[in-house]
Amino acid sequence: MRRRRRGPEQGGGAGAAGRAGSLLIVRVDGEELVTESGQTVAGLLLALGRVSWRTTRGGGRPRGVFCGIGVCHDCLVVVNGAPDVRACQRLVRDGDDIRTQDGAELPA
Amino acid sequence: MSAPEENGQGAGEPGGHGPAAERTGVAGQVAKGPGADPPDADPPGADPPGAEPPGAGRLGAGPPGASTAGPDPAGMDRAAGPGVPRRSPVVVIGGGPAGMAAARAAARLGVRVLLVDSGAALGGQYHRQNSLAGRDRFALPPGVEHLPHSVVWALEPVPGGGHRVHLRTGPADGPGRTGRSVETRALVLATGAYDRALPFPGWDLPGVFTAGAAQALAKGQGVRVGERVLLAGTGPFLLPVAASLTAVGAEVAGVLEAGEPVTAWLHRPADAAAGWRKFGELAGYAALLARRRIPYRRRTAVVAAHGADRVEAVTTARLDAGWRIVPGSERRTPVDAVCVGFGFVPQLETALAAGCALDGGFVAVDAAQATSVPGVFAAGELTGVGGAAPAAAEGEVAGTAAARLLGARAAPPAAALRRARAGRRFAAALARAYPVRDGWRTWLREDTLVCRCEEVAYGELHRSVQERDALGVRAVKLVSRAGLGQCQGRVCGPNVACLTGVPDAAAFARRPIASPVRLGELAEPPEADPEARPQ
Ligand SMILES: Cc1cc2nc3c(=O)[nH]c(=O)nc-3n(C[C@H](O)[C@H](O)[C@H](O)COP(=O)(O)OP(=O)(O)OC[C@H]3O[C@@H](n4cnc5c(N)ncnc54)[C@H](O)[C@@H]3O)c2cc1C
Ligand code: FES
Repeated sequence: MRRRRRGPEQGGGAGAAGRAGSLLIVRVDGEELVTESGQTVAGLLLALGRVSWRTTRGGGRPRGVFCGIGVCHDCLVVVNGAPDVRACQRLVRDGDDIRTQDGAELPA
Repeated sequence: MSAPEENGQGAGEPGGHGPAAERTGVAGQVAKGPGADPPDADPPGADPPGAEPPGAGRLGAGPPGASTAGPDPAGMDRAAGPGVPRRSPVVVIGGGPAGMAAARAAARLGVRVLLVDSGAALGGQYHRQNSLAGRDRFALPPGVEHLPHSVVWALEPVPGGGHRVHLRTGPADGPGRTGRSVETRALVLATGAYDRALPFPGWDLPGVFTAGAAQALAKGQGVRVGERVLLAGTGPFLLPVAASLTAVGAEVAGVLEAGEPVTAWLHRPADAAAGWRKFGELAGYAALLARRRIPYRRRTAVVAAHGADRVEAVTTARLDAGWRIVPGSERRTPVDAVCVGFGFVPQLETALAAGCALDGGFVAVDAAQATSVPGVFAAGELTGVGGAAPAAAEGEVAGTAAARLLGARAAPPAAALRRARAGRRFAAALARAYPVRDGWRTWLREDTLVCRCEEVAYGELHRSVQERDALGVRAVKLVSRAGLGQCQGRVCGPNVACLTGVPDAAAFARRPIASPVRLGELAEPPEADPEARPQ
């Protein structure tokens, strides 16, 4: 059997919404902050009060979450140098470096 | 698009047979002709009286198409291998109500199950678990291997019968995921559905969400999409979203139903009654709206969103019976978020990759949830939208049928069959009660984006299709670019099909790659299937 669970589930035993799993340190556009495991990148950014974190290739228009379940690809973000990561699908992990995505970006 | 070739390469041994080719002792497991069952299907006489045997419905559903190796009546086609061995596990794609029920049913019959789901935790959309809670509400029986964080990105038939399922496990869209491919003779597709969103001026502004997004963020993350939120669209699903939004502290400014649902329901009370369980749930939500004094308006829609870089206000309007704006009824309302949902679109990629026939845009299945392709079953919202309970009933039927196909002895799941049948009637009644009317097209302006990814405006789509006389999905995509972006037409497909009048909206779902993979991942050598090693 393969790696079954990692990250969020290791928090263990936490109760309903709000009670944290383990604490993580991540960077969002260069700024370091503490968050909890189990959060998606989109959940984290929205909780920080941001509604957009990407600009479109054509019109340079701002985008954030639209479908919330991995279908629309509006919520793309750069995580640890890899662009085009769907923020609504990606769980934050300790040490993640999350950056706004400008138009079409090439992998770092 | 060169992806189909890359796809084959990543999959390994195109044209070869992999481990299956070396096996002996399973000769004779060659498809006998169009519509023939694999010879190891149900033993004669073991068919449930109430259900056709798996695959029975496909005779009328047309040939399986390119999805299986060329049928060879004499069984001498050298290209056809012996197929996937019978001891392969049941593979279930999707861990929502349908997929979980399928996995449970098959495992209870003593068959090994691999349950592949892209989520972090089981539950799918309806039972979405708060991933911050760190506790799993669902336990599956031993015998089910659950692979979370895993996406199925391609599917291919194995000559002689069965399918090879390609998946990647690891952090979503990350470069470091692990590849694996699994062979199976009994595949259950339970990939669910996503919200349909209709375009309107300003719908591309941040702060416009689908109703499902608001729901997923509230349930899964405890996050509210806005402080003051308006819900708009059609169908009963808007109500649980209103409830979830209030639960995470948002002010719901109103629920706008574009249709005229009450009169629509009354046309066929018998079918509506088939969904009585859902009605109880809905009555609860209606009571909540009343308690919270949340306005619920019929024949009303959000027809524009305003703001510079995010939603600051919306225009609502009354609609006539065909969903055209009633002149003079427009009102401006300040909100910081609007959530729209006009029913659901099935997540068809894997079903189409398998070559399953469709019916009215959903996967066609018989009473045992068998699709038109031998060895492939479908359950849940892939086959019609009726909610979580019918999805689970279909899952149980599909899981049982899949286990039987692998030789398990089982009585027909009579209760689940009954519930699934009632669920189908309920789904049909829902679809009739909440149709999407064509008048939404009049909400659009020349500069309203139709394809969000490629930023194709309505005027542009119209001109390019007219000028070049594009017919058919491919032509429309190529001349306008609509549907060619990152989402591969998942969002705009049904709308573009409607705007341009192309007949086959589901063709937008026919894409070589079911789930995004990075180019580097495609170039990696394939990983062997630990399950399918010599028997
Ligand atoms: C965002 C959203 C929220 C919803 N919330 C509610 C609600 O609160 N109440 C309600 O009554 N109804 C809700 N619905 C309706 C809901 O679709 C059904 O009631 C029910 O969840 C359907 O069950 P299912 O098993 O058919 O599919 P789903 O529950 O959608 O499960 C499908 C699963 O398959 C996975 N999947 C899809 N493709 C792949 C792939 N290629 N590889 C791996 N995994 C894959 C998905 O990640 C998902 O976990 C919601 C729908 C959506 C889209
Ligand atoms: S919001 Fe649609 S993919 Fe993330």
